[in-house]
Amino acid sequence: MAEQAVKKKKKTKPPVTESLLAPGHRACAGCGEALGAKLVMDAAGPNTYVTTCTGCLEVFSTPYPESAWKMPWIHSLFENSSAVAAGIEAALIAQGRDKDVNIIAQGGDGGTADIGIGCLSGMLERGHNILYVCYDNEAYMNTGVQRSGLTPFDARTSTTPVGKRSMGNQTNKKNLPEIAAAHGIPYSATATVGYPNDVIRKVQKALKIKGPKFLQIHVPCPLGWIHPTDQTIEVAKLAVLTGLIPIFEMEDGKLTRVRKIGKNRKPVEEYLKAQGRFRHLFKGTPEAEAELEKVRQIAEANIEKYGLA
Amino acid sequence: MAEDNIKLMQGNEACAYGALAAGVTFFGGYPITPSTEIAEILSREMPKNGGRFIQMEDEIASMAAIIGASVAGAKSMTATSGPGFSLMQENLGYAYMTEVPCVVVDVQRGGPSTGLPTKVAQADTMQAKWGTHGDFFPIVLAASTIEDTYHMTIKAFNLAEKYRTPVTLLLDEVLGHMREKIRIPDSSEVEIVNRIKPTVPPEWYQHFELTATHVSPMANYGEGYRFHMTGLTHDPSGFPTAKPAEIKEKLDKLKSKIMQNADDICAYSEEFLDDAHIVVIAYGITARAAQQAVRIARQRRFKVGLFQPITIWPFPEKRLRKILENADLAIVAELNQGQLIHEVRKIAKTKTRVVGTFRYDGELMTPMQIVDKIKEAHR
Repeated sequence: MAEQAVKKKKKTKPPVTESLLAPGHRACAGCGEALGAKLVMDAAGPNTYVTTCTGCLEVFSTPYPESAWKMPWIHSLFENSSAVAAGIEAALIAQGRDKDVNIIAQGGDGGTADIGIGCLSGMLERGHNILYVCYDNEAYMNTGVQRSGLTPFDARTSTTPVGKRSMGNQTNKKNLPEIAAAHGIPYSATATVGYPNDVIRKVQKALKIKGPKFLQIHVPCPLGWIHPTDQTIEVAKLAVLTGLIPIFEMEDGKLTRVRKIGKNRKPVEEYLKAQGRFRHLFKGTPEAEAELEKVRQIAEANIEKYGLA
Repeated sequence: MAEDNIKLMQGNEACAYGALAAGVTFFGGYPITPSTEIAEILSREMPKNGGRFIQMEDEIASMAAIIGASVAGAKSMTATSGPGFSLMQENLGYAYMTEVPCVVVDVQRGGPSTGLPTKVAQADTMQAKWGTHGDFFPIVLAASTIEDTYHMTIKAFNLAEKYRTPVTLLLDEVLGHMREKIRIPDSSEVEIVNRIKPTVPPEWYQHFELTATHVSPMANYGEGYRFHMTGLTHDPSGFPTAKPAEIKEKLDKLKSKIMQNADDICAYSEEFLDDAHIVVIAYGITARAAQQAVRIARQRRFKVGLFQPITIWPFPEKRLRKILENADLAIVAELNQGQLIHEVRKIAKTKTRVVGTFRYDGELMTPMQIVDKIKEAHR
């Protein structure tokens, strides 16, 4: 009976009113990560085990004494969401309870690209049947906006301050989906809350594939990026349309699908101007103009590399 | 006369500016509440002073980077809290074994595990002593005021350089975040100690030379001296050894370097101890409550005094043993389930009863909790 009920529910479209990530959690207004997690959970369905590493998602979804998660969920530590998920998967297999079950390991950009990359790499390499979801809001938002390996070039964070001699973060965003793909895993993709249906499609596609999968979802953070809370979707879309955040799928290491931007392409300034963290690029000084040009080049390189035009 | 430079400062700020005054030239760290402000301030201030700030990918890398930086000649430092301090332990042992001066600031929060990121605790007292594997004789300091924090950050660097060893400074969430008045001393008032450099010709140089003080002169990378460094147990030349006599010699050197210089390293403060039959022992932020408690209890005619270890490790046991000779009762107050009390029990004679008063619910100890304990335990 229980099994039937589960199967039946899986076939239906993600419910609109009754989400598997319950409302009433403590995310900030306009939080892209909360939206992303809701999309992922509803796309995965109730028969899902979830691990979450330390970060905003863990904190805002489980304020004492409430949990927003309507499935088995565990807060691991900061570095080990993938490893805890690997243990869960192994135990379910050992007990013969791994049929029709999804295992999703998740983390933010810091917990995935920095401190957690060792455990992630091990999980991908060993071939666990797990979907790893990285919610990329491009800095350590939970501790107060420090840079991470996924912070974009020139962004202002509290550890890449802007001043007379500094234009913010001087390193490029780590290409995590390709690092994941380089493990030879069957599926590695990027998505954004700017295009929610694409997130749902990718999660459902990934969960049908056996083996390790990686999905990086771009999730704006109004607090850290400094934009109005009602602009989250708009900002997320602009990131894609400017070419700064390429949306693509890689299967077995090969690029198989991209979201073309074609004639909808927008100049990078539209995306950057929408956020306070890039305000220093618009001072009109020659230095600021030179930095803007570098950001334009990043977009240009993405468009060429992934064939977004 | 120049006016005093008086500021209102957070503990984490005082720590960052203390480090700058001590001459820190490298910081490698990773964001963690409640220590993050130290990294944030240094990310802004260090480049102005010719220093280098790197946000590392985790605490393992942070600790490793400050070791590398120190060997290359920098005064190096990291700052973290409990979970990060746990991750640093293996590298902390490496720094101890290879005798690399560096400073680790642990702004303690409630534990174990993720614990209470925004709440106060003093529960890393024993981790600072026994966190890494193997025998370990570290130098660990505990600050109790914002002004202390500034000066003890400098002291931590000085001790690290003087004794060629990692030094841990224990702060806590309240100290890290509260604001207090502080007088910033003029740079001429600040004593700075630098590592002893070798004077021998390069071909005679031994990186772990045996000396009378047990501290070996230290050449940095690129100064013309050739040396070997390894986490393996090594002889004075630095190369791994399996000879029992040399193994013992190395471990004795590491221990003696700290314990035979304990009189120089150990710092503590005392109040009302001359006629005290009851000794309150408190350190770090809890010493503030204990100071007030002792005053209240004195008004109530209890003959009580305060002993505040400033150096937690090595524990100032020589002095405390002397003090306890005249005491019937020792009360240890700490924000954990009882850690430093074991050190006091070790040295107390049968005549002195040792009792603890603890708090570990994420809140500060109040003076009245200590006063009540004095009343209750006194008989």
